[in-house]
This record gives sequence, structure tokens and C-alpha cells, in this order.
Amino acid sequence: MIINHPLLGPRDSQEFVYLGDAALIRRPDGMADGALDKFIDYTYLRDNPAGQHRELWYHEQGDRSWLVVTRNTVSHEITAVELARDVARTEGRSK
Amino acid sequence: MSRITGGQIDRSKTLRFSFDGVAYAGHPGDTLASALLANGVRLMGRSFKYHRPRGVISAGSEEPNAIVELRSGARQEPNTRATVIELFDGLQAQSQNRWPSLKFDALAINDRLSPFFAAGFYYKTFMWPAAFWEKLYEPIIRRAAGLGSLSKQDDPDDYDKGFLHCDLLIIGAGPAGLSAALTAGRAGARVILADEDFRMGGRLNAETLEVGGGSGADWAAKAVLELAAMPNVRLMTRTTVIGAFDHGIYGAVERVSDHLAQPLPGKPRQILWRIYAARSILAAGAIERPIAFENNDRPGIMLAGALRAYANRWGVAVGDRVAVFTNNDDGLRTVADLKAKGLDVTLIDARQGDEVIDSAGRLGLKSITVRRGNGRTETLAVSALGVSGGWNPNLNIASNHRGRPVWSESLAAFLPPEGAIAGLSCAGAAAGAMSTHGALTTGADQAVQALASLGLTASTDLPQAEDAPVNLKAHWYVHSGKGRAWIDQQNDVTVKDVKLAKQENFVSVEHLKRYTTLGMATDQGKTGNILGLAVMAELTGKTIPETGTTIYRPPYTPVAMGVLGGRARGEDFKPTRHTPSHKWATEQGAVFVEVGYWLRTQWLPRAGETTWRQSVDREVLQTRKSVGICDVTTLGKIDIQGTDAGAFLDKVYANTFSTLGIGKTRYGLMLREDGMVMDDGTTARMGQNEYVMTTTTANAVPVFRHLEYCRQVLWPDMDVQLISTTEAWAQYSVAGPNARKLLEKLVDQDISDAAFPYMACGNITVKGTRARLFRISFSGELAYEIAVPTRYGDAMIRALVEAGRDFDAVVYGTEALGVMRVEKGHVAGNELNGQSSALNMGLGKMVSKKKDAIGMVLSQREGMVQPNGYRLVGVKPVDPAKALTAGAHFLAKGAEAVAVNDGGWLTSVVYSPHLGHSIGLGYLKGGDTRKGERLRVVNLLANTDVEVEIVSPHFFDPEGERLRG
Amino acid sequence: MRYSGFRVIAEALTGHKGWKPAWRDPAPQAAYDYIIVGGGGHGLATAYYLAKEFKQARIAVLEKGWIGGGNVGRNTTIVRSNYLLDGNQPFYEFSMKLWEGLEQDFNYNAMVSQRGIINLFHTDAQRDAYTRRGNAMIMHGADAELLTKDQVRQMYPFLNFDNARFPIKGALAQRRGGTVRHDAVAWGYARGADMRGVDIIQNCEVLGMKIENGRVLGVETSRGFIGAKKVGVAVAGSSSKVMAHAGMRLPIESHVLQAFVSEGLKPLIDGVMTYGAGHFYVSQSDKGGLVFGGDIDGYNSYAQRGNLPVVEDVAEGGMSLMPMIGRARLLRMWGGIMDMSMDGSPIIDKTHIDGLYFNGGWCYGGFKATPASGFAFAHLLAKDTPHSTATAYRFDRFAKGLMIDEKGQGAQPNLH
Repeated sequence: MIINHPLLGPRDSQEFVYLGDAALIRRPDGMADGALDKFIDYTYLRDNPAGQHRELWYHEQGDRSWLVVTRNTVSHEITAVELARDVARTEGRSK
Repeated sequence: MSRITGGQIDRSKTLRFSFDGVAYAGHPGDTLASALLANGVRLMGRSFKYHRPRGVISAGSEEPNAIVELRSGARQEPNTRATVIELFDGLQAQSQNRWPSLKFDALAINDRLSPFFAAGFYYKTFMWPAAFWEKLYEPIIRRAAGLGSLSKQDDPDDYDKGFLHCDLLIIGAGPAGLSAALTAGRAGARVILADEDFRMGGRLNAETLEVGGGSGADWAAKAVLELAAMPNVRLMTRTTVIGAFDHGIYGAVERVSDHLAQPLPGKPRQILWRIYAARSILAAGAIERPIAFENNDRPGIMLAGALRAYANRWGVAVGDRVAVFTNNDDGLRTVADLKAKGLDVTLIDARQGDEVIDSAGRLGLKSITVRRGNGRTETLAVSALGVSGGWNPNLNIASNHRGRPVWSESLAAFLPPEGAIAGLSCAGAAAGAMSTHGALTTGADQAVQALASLGLTASTDLPQAEDAPVNLKAHWYVHSGKGRAWIDQQNDVTVKDVKLAKQENFVSVEHLKRYTTLGMATDQGKTGNILGLAVMAELTGKTIPETGTTIYRPPYTPVAMGVLGGRARGEDFKPTRHTPSHKWATEQGAVFVEVGYWLRTQWLPRAGETTWRQSVDREVLQTRKSVGICDVTTLGKIDIQGTDAGAFLDKVYANTFSTLGIGKTRYGLMLREDGMVMDDGTTARMGQNEYVMTTTTANAVPVFRHLEYCRQVLWPDMDVQLISTTEAWAQYSVAGPNARKLLEKLVDQDISDAAFPYMACGNITVKGTRARLFRISFSGELAYEIAVPTRYGDAMIRALVEAGRDFDAVVYGTEALGVMRVEKGHVAGNELNGQSSALNMGLGKMVSKKKDAIGMVLSQREGMVQPNGYRLVGVKPVDPAKALTAGAHFLAKGAEAVAVNDGGWLTSVVYSPHLGHSIGLGYLKGGDTRKGERLRVVNLLANTDVEVEIVSPHFFDPEGERLRG
Repeated sequence: MRYSGFRVIAEALTGHKGWKPAWRDPAPQAAYDYIIVGGGGHGLATAYYLAKEFKQARIAVLEKGWIGGGNVGRNTTIVRSNYLLDGNQPFYEFSMKLWEGLEQDFNYNAMVSQRGIINLFHTDAQRDAYTRRGNAMIMHGADAELLTKDQVRQMYPFLNFDNARFPIKGALAQRRGGTVRHDAVAWGYARGADMRGVDIIQNCEVLGMKIENGRVLGVETSRGFIGAKKVGVAVAGSSSKVMAHAGMRLPIESHVLQAFVSEGLKPLIDGVMTYGAGHFYVSQSDKGGLVFGGDIDGYNSYAQRGNLPVVEDVAEGGMSLMPMIGRARLLRMWGGIMDMSMDGSPIIDKTHIDGLYFNGGWCYGGFKATPASGFAFAHLLAKDTPHSTATAYRFDRFAKGLMIDEKGQGAQPNLH
């Protein structure tokens, strides 16, 4: 596969390490009430769709960017590649 | 059977070769198949199951029958298609899967017994008694099965891998591919034209058809010359595109040296190319299919197009009396071409109701029985029969992404699925354009379209060529008689087998394939699959597309394992990382051990030491007595800087680092989000906003990846920067009572206990060179780790050894390191197994619940805080003479060795020279409350059973007085 | 119809006219007591044992395509019970015992062949881990041996002992491990279930579930609604898709695993071998093909096909272990969809919906589990209590922190 890195252009996916569903961005607050249940869902449950999937890839043999790749899990077509940091900020994550 | 006029062989040169020990001669341009046929050899192999005599049926890579063992010794290649072996001088080939000889094969008895060997018979028998399967039936079956054999010697050749990029990849250099390449090449596009053959031109080389008023082969040769002169075009002959992968990536195998007796010096046998193509055109032509009839598998019966190819391209007449059995106009071309060569040819045209219903000739075709449309039968004495049931577009690669081919009634064949592979289009016969004109036109048109989609403009300039229709009347098999009509010739699948599969409800195409083994042979059913499908369709009363399709997985043709492996063999399987002291250690005769990709010093034997234990014991005792030096560079090192560095560490470590004083070091425990321990190590605060983390050797890369994840994905606004400095610093541990004295000889600063106390860290200089010093101890001794820029690593080990002379310092390896860490009760790889929590390791109190660190929440789950869970313990044998074994399990005295009594296991075991006996660490259920208990550790694999006492894991200096000294 | 050597001979002499369909193709009935979704190995085995061992009736197996077309038809055929953890090993040993009697039990030659499996090790740490594992296996009633390098060399002298980046130091062996003809497992169970009245309904895709008041009432399919008292889902890589019809999210990701077979070769490798220093395992089929595989591709996928990097990685492992296979040819590669769970171990459990049961999360180890999985799932469906060897395979083990993590990789499915 080829991942079109937003900073570096097209790169072979072999340069990357895969993590999983980009929902992992939404890590619960560990100090909040009900954190245990939220962490169980967050850590263990997945939508695992057959179709569009937003997922985290890490450019380990490259610039060390974490990316959010939108890829179809049936066709493997990639329709968007974003810096995970940008996505995380959009989703309200900060410090 | 002999050479006739014409052909693209160089008759001025003679090549000597042998088959089954008999010497023959051929010419450059020959394949093994054409040369054998030219020498009158029709019998080239035996079939898989019935050991039927077989000859060549095709002139290409779709060949199911003529497969041989090529070459000898370590270069022996089983199952090689005679039809694609380029003849070279000295070539040796042997027939295979026969005994004692090709002509007299004992297992041909199977053919007589074929009623007992019907499809799937083995699923219904050999069940009684149960033990006989492995002992009797299966060994017989295994010996009889298989085709050719490997030499069992290491492959002596080299293989390479390479990467290519292009605007347009064209797969196949027949008229369509050449037309596409000319169009794109002239337009300036970066083109790769690949063909599996050693001569470009495809069917043009096998035909007498005209292109542009001259011979098609000449036109092809001229086109190749023009393309070769274009700097933007790469021509790749002997190159098979093996499959289409995602996003325009194609695999291709170039056979660099297979046409030579052995590779030229410095050249690989083959190269695996990964081709990145913006667009691609599949112009792989079409593959002719036979018509099944009784005994249609005799040597001398072949595809009509192949018969014509041998005559036209190789100047070989397979027989002097020839018949052609066809259901389409292409078969008529064979009749015409062979007649033009002066051969006696009889046409049996299925469209007129004429059929071949049987054949005769045990080791080669002698005659055929023909039933004419008027019902009369006659026997014709022929030595060659060409059969054409039509041509299947060679859509193989177009279906690699599992798109469904589309049925064409007019061709009675499947066409490639449109758009099934992004960026790929099809041209020529592969797309169902069966005439030369159609091939040239579609090739050019597809190139124009592909280039247009890339923003390039191209124009076409097409030569004149025939545009004859196919005129095909579907005819799959001859409904006649009780004999067997072969569909899959290599695997011996007949029409009867398909009927039996239907009878037993193996009706789905996949069931048919698996039950009968149809299409599972080395040719993957390129010629036969469609016949099986057609027979099943007829039996079920459905159409062929309703019955199923033929789609293909990579590779297009079988690929040598060697080329897929490339250079990653032997010592080069994976990279080797050397530590900064490697050269010095090599000079000292060190024994090395693989630690991931690193080679580390395991121990350093001295003269007179005959066992590893002597060396390791000495290294440990001398370190504890005076001082020892160890290369610890392999530990991961990560610089962490920024105003949020401390807060960041509080997130990623279970314990707190923001409160660590500047110039101090702390042991840190890193959890995964699931609460298990991910890694441990020390992290030093070098400045207000500057920390240096160490990780274990094994986790250096994963931890860095994880920290980047935390920094970019979870807490994107934290002001923190990371850089891995594992390779930047050479780091040595200096441990033992004389460690400070040794270092004082080298460092420029005051490192007295007052100035540089236990757990201190700082930037220092070593004789003016910048360095980092950490007063940390893994051994339990007064110890430091000193880091210098890697380029000084070799000098540093020599300086340390030199400075250590006064103290009789030793350099110790990983074994001594392991001994001392077990004596000290530190966890390492065997305890950090990914299945253990901080609580398991006796470090539960390190997990702060006052902050939201990774893993904190889930580490509190009920199953992970059970009082009777595993806890780290120390273990010593009650009888000091008894040795312990890592991996042995804890059992109570008198308890049976069954799982319900399993108390845990020994994780790490060493011989402690300090204590004079074996000691171990282990995970024991409820171990934190069981000190003093006596248990057994049992190793059922070696039948050992040792009584042990559970003790604190801190065997040595539990109060830590020495390391604070 | 009973299969036997005598029957084969009798049919051969009479033109094979007497063979009956191995299973029927019935039209679906309006309702069943049990619907098993998924006509793969596990689903068919479940139906078989439900009928045979638990004497249940009115059972249907619904299969989207053709039976045996999923992972039971696309795997490397290895059977073994060499697991480490208490949650797993009794189950896999139970499975091994069922394999050992399977062919006589269902009267079909699935070619259960106990030619042995060895796991090579290359470091002291691997040796220690295998010692721990071997002891655990024996304590659970399985067989295990630790082989020295010389013993390995005697078995397979052509391995790379002398010039290896990671020298072989020995192996953990399980002599009872081996291979089974994978397709025949599906067909044998299908035939056995069909003979006991189970309706096997192919080309019948489940498109929805009818759930009212917390109870499942049946399934919507491509062939209409079919009512059921109990629905058991055993669909491997499609687990998340099917269970989404019940509104459930699973601790599962679907990943592609590639496997490979070479051209047929005369006998080279008698048993099964796994390489401890690379991603490679291999056996040789009775037909002569080397059957081998390695790691999953590593990204979520439902595509049933993989990419070149893993192909090359596997070949590199093979070439570094056995440099003689350089001149053997890879014939075919394929990809199966693995239901990779969060701890690498399966789930056989009830759901929070009455009457809905789930069997999945087999990762790439489901084939060897087929008999025990079917037996344990049938037990759960029939009795509403877990089978004694499958008590740990619960949904709530993640909530409770009782993961069964053989590899110690944590909640990242592509690492298991």
C-alpha cells in the first residue's frame, strides 16, 4: 500500500507501523467518575467496520509522524491522510 | 517430426543438452520443449495421480504436463515447465515423478486402478484402524505424491530485490502491449514494458499474420528497436508480473540468469521488482483451451495454437501427419500454416458436427477416432493433434483483487472485470479483442486514456492488420463413451470426476475445485478450469456465469522462494548491530550473544578457563570484589525536553517524575493502557526541562513509538520533544567497590559521594570530552553509568580498561550482568513478559493513583489485584548442590504434577558465585506472603524435582548499603 | 450412507453410481430451535455436536456463501495443543483429543496426521519460556519434550545450523501435533450434521436480527426471516459485522493473514516446524506442497488478500531457516480474515441478549480449535453453561482484568 503522507508525499506503507482505530485518540479521563467502565470500552471494544476506517499509522522509518489514515477495509482504498496531532486537536485534545 | 523451415532460431549455432541422460542438440531461440519436439521427443512427463504418459500441450507458461527437473546438484529445480526453459549449452533435465524410468513407470498401475481412485476416494477410506493412517497409509501416499524433488542442498545462487517507478506499466509485449508502449513512449511517458518471454512480440512471433504489410514478427522486432531507443521506456524481457497489489504496486520477477548454465559472476539468478505504477495496462493475451474427449491426454495432442507456434516460431513439425480439432476459426489458421509448411493436415471442425472421440498410442499419439457429423466414425493415423476450444482472455492479474469476471457469450469466455483494480485497464486479447487489429487498436487506445488521466497527451499511429472474427461455437467436451476425458491434465481430473462431484453435491465451484483438485496443480488450471466449470454448468442446468467464475490469486506463475527471500539469508537474515566496544571485545576473544539485532558480549574468557561458568563466576566475583565494566549501550536512550517534559513523564510512567530534583535519577515503571508493565528503566533529570530516559534493550523502539503516540495523539499540546539517542551515546556501566576510584582517573569533575551521591546524574567531561554520568546500579554495587558520544566509545572502553588495571578490573558480559541482577532481585526480560503487572513484580506501590497515567485505571481491575495472584519471589534450593531450571513450575510437597496444583514458575535462574548455589526468581501464587515456605520446583521436561525455599528476591545486600557506599 | 474401504471398492466396480450427496440442500424452514450462523468449521462442528452429543433437533446452519469457504478452507492445517495459559491449554488439549477420534466419530477421513510439531528456539530466554510452557502442557495432560540442537539436526539436517543469524539452540516438541486436511473437516462435520437432520442452508446471508424485549426471535436473511429460539454466531472474520446486527461492539478486529503453498515436491518435511527467529512456519501436505505462513499483514482488512511485504517477510524467514527451498516455487498465496481478539484468545459466551450466543475471536488459531469449539459452543447452546474447558472464554474477562494473553502483547490485536 501507499500512504500519501501530508508532509512527505507518497510513501510505501512498509515504512509505517500500524496501531488501530483512530478512536484511540479519545482517551477517557482517568481521574473522572466512572473511568473504569470508560477505559474498558476504550481499550477493548472496536467498531471494526467493513468499509471506511479511520486508523492510526506511525511513520517509524521516516519522520515519526503519527497519521490518521482513512482507508476502506474492503478495497484498501485510502481517501484521506492527516496528521494525528491535527485530528487530536480538532477532537479537543490538548494537554 | 523434425525441423522444418523458418522460425526464430539461430541455426548457425548448436546447443548441446540432455534429457534423462540422452544427448540432444538444439539452437539458440529454442525452448527445452521445442528442442525436444525437434528431436522427436514427445514423452516428457507423467501425470500426478495416474502416472499417465504426457507430452507438451502448450507453448507457454500455462503448461500443465511437460514439467521436468532442470539442472542437477544444488541447482536442481523441480517442476520446471519445458515450454519456458530457454535452451542453453550443457542444459540437463530429467523427467520426474516416475520410477524406474519415464517409459516404464511402475506407478502407472494407478491408471489401471483408476476406478478405485475416483475424486475424493481418500476421504471415504483409510479410517480403520485409526493408528494406521500415520503408520501405513499416509507414508505410502506421501511417497507416491509430490512431483519433482529438491536437492536438499542450500541454494547456491544470489537473488536481488529492486524498486521501479513508472507512469505506465504494460504487462505483456504482444501486439497490444507493443502498441500501447509505442503510443505512451512516443508521448514521453515513463513506461515499463514487461514480458515473461525472452522475445517480445507475443503471438506475433508464432503467427504468419501481417502487420503493416510485412510480417508481424518483423513489425514486433522493429517496434522493440524503436522502444529500446527511448530513454523513457524500460523493456523487461524474461520478466513475469506476478500479481497486482494495492495502490498500483506490482510484483515482478526478472529471470536474469535462468537462460544460462549458471549466473555470471556478480549477477543474481533472479530479481524481485516492486513496480510502483501510476497506471497499468494488462495486455497478457489469451490462453487457448482444449476440448475434452476420451484419452485426450496423450503426448502429441496439444493446443492448436501451440502446434502452430512450434511450426512458425521454432520451425518444428510435431508430426508429419496432423489433425486439427477446433470449434473456432483460429484452428483453421493452424491448418493453413501447417499445410503451408508442407504437412498433411486433416480438419475436424466441431461446428460442422465433427468430433474427435478417442485416441490411441501408449507413449505417444498414434491415431485418433473421429466421428463425423453424419455419424460415421473413422480412425486417422496421426502423430499430432491440435485442439482448439477457443481462447480465454488472460485476465489472471485483473482478478487479483477478487473482482468478478464478466461472461462474454460471443467468445464463450470470461472477460476481465472493469475497474476491479484501480489504475489498471486491459487491452488486446486479454480484453477480448481477439484480432491483431483489435489488439493494436485497444493497446493504443488504453495507453491514450491512461496517459490522459495523468495529464499527458498521446496520439496513435496504427499499422494495418487483420481483423477477422472469432466465429466460435462453444464446445466443451465430447459426450461419448465410457472412458475418461481429461480436464485438469496434471492432477488427473476428468469429466467423470466432475460428474461425481455433482452427484455428491460438491456443486459450488470452490467445492468442485477442492473435492476434485481441479485447477490446484502447478498450472493453476489456466487451460482446464473453464472446462470444469462448463461441465458443472451443464450438469446443474445453469449457465456458466451462474455456476461460478474463474478468478486467480497471485502469483501469475509459480515464483522461486529464493527470489522472494532476496538477500535476507544466513548471516544477512537481519541487520547486525555492534556495540561501541565490539571491536575491542573481538580483540579480547569475547563470546557474543544475539540480543535482538545487537550482538553483545556474553562473557570474556581468559586463558585457562574451560567452561563459561568459570568466566562468568570470575566476572561477577571480581566486580563485587573490586570493579567491573560492562557495555550497556544497547539500552534505549531517549532525550525528553520541553516545558511539559515532567508532566509528560507523569502521564507515561506509573510513578511521578515531575517532582524529581534536577541532577537526580529515578527508577520508572511504564505501563500499557491495560495495566500490564510495558517497560522499566531509569530516567534522569538533567535540567529544568530536560530528562534522559533509559529503556530496556528489547523495548527501545516500541517505547519511543509509544512516547511519540502519547505526545502527538493523546496530548498534542504538550510542550515536549523527543529524540532517540540510543545510537548517539556509548554507555558503560562501571560497578564495584572501586568504581569511583576508577572513574576518578578519567572524569574531570568531583564525583565523591558528597558531590555525586547515589542516584545523581549530570553532564560531565572525560578528559575534556563531553559525557553524561549517572550514579545508578543494576548490580547492587556502587556503580555508575557513563556515556560518551558514540564515536568515542571504542576509546572509552580502552580508557576504562586501562584505568582499571590498578584495580584488576574486569569487563563483564550479559551473563554476569544477569547473575548480579538476579542476586539483586531486579526484574528483566523474563519477568517483563507482557503478562505481568506492577503488583505481580512486587512494585504495586509504584503505581500512583493520584494522577492519570497510562495504565493506572485498568491496573485496578479486580482480576489484577487478587491477593492470590502471582508475586515475584526469590527461590533457593534447600540442598545447595541442586541446580534450578528456569521454566520449572512450583508444586507443594507431595502434590501431583497436574495443573490444579500449579503454583507458578521460575522465571530466571542463575548460579550465584557469591552465595555458592543456584538461585532464582519466580512468579508464585500469593508469593508475597509465603517467604520461608518450602516447595518443589519441578521440570517435567527433564524429570527434575528440587526442594526449594521461598525467600526475598533480594539475595544480595538487601539494604542497599553497597550501592550507596 | 457409511463410508468405508469396502464401499469404495464396491462403488468402483459399479461405476460410482451409488454415492449420495454428502449433504442435502434443503430450503429453509420457517423456524428452528437452533440457528447457527456461519457454515465454517466451527459452525458446522457446533451443529454436529448439538445433534450428536446433546441430542438436540430442529437445527439449521446458515451460510452466506458455500460451506467451508472461510478460514477452515484457507489455513495451514496445523493442529496442536501447546498452549501456555490455564485458560487455553485444557481447551486445546480437549480439541486434540477430539481430533484423535474424529474420523471414526464422523466417518470421514480428514487425514488427521500426528506427525509432530516443533517450535525452534534461538535464545536462552526462548528456551526458558518453552520450558515453562512445556511443563504447563504436561500438567494439563498434553505431551511435550524439549529437544536439543542435535536432536533437531537429526530430524531436519537441512536446516541452517551453521551460518545462521540466529542459531538454532533447540526446540519444544509436541509429538501429537500435526496436520489435518482442512476442507475435509468442514465436509465431514457437514455430512455428519446433515445425516442427523441438521439443515445446512448455503447462500443464505444473515442481514439482520429480530430482537424484542432483550430476546432474540430469529434472523433476517437473504432468503427471508427465519425464526429461532437460540441463535449461535460463529462467523470468524465477520464477527463484528454480524454482531452489529444485535447492536454489539466486540473486542475484536478483523485482519488479513496470508498463507502460502509451494508446488508439489517429493517428501522433505515430515512434521510441522515453527521458526523462532523469524515469521515462518511450515509443513508439507500429503500431496507434496509446502504449506507455510507467517505474520498477519497487520492492518484491519476484510479484503481476503494481502500485500508483498509480508510475502517477502515470510519467504525471508523460510530462506534463512531452510536455504534449500530457494529453488522450490511458491504456487499460490491467499488471505483469510482473522477475528483478532484483544488478548489473542477466543470468546465462547452468552451475550446480554437472551438466546444470542457468540463464538469468535479465534485470531489465526481457530482451525486447531474446531472440534472443541464446536463441542463447547454446542454445550453452551444446549445447556446454557460453559463447557468445563471453556470457562475462561468470557466477554467479561476484559472488564475483570482476566485476559488470556499468551503472547503478552496487551490490547493490540495485530500483535497477537
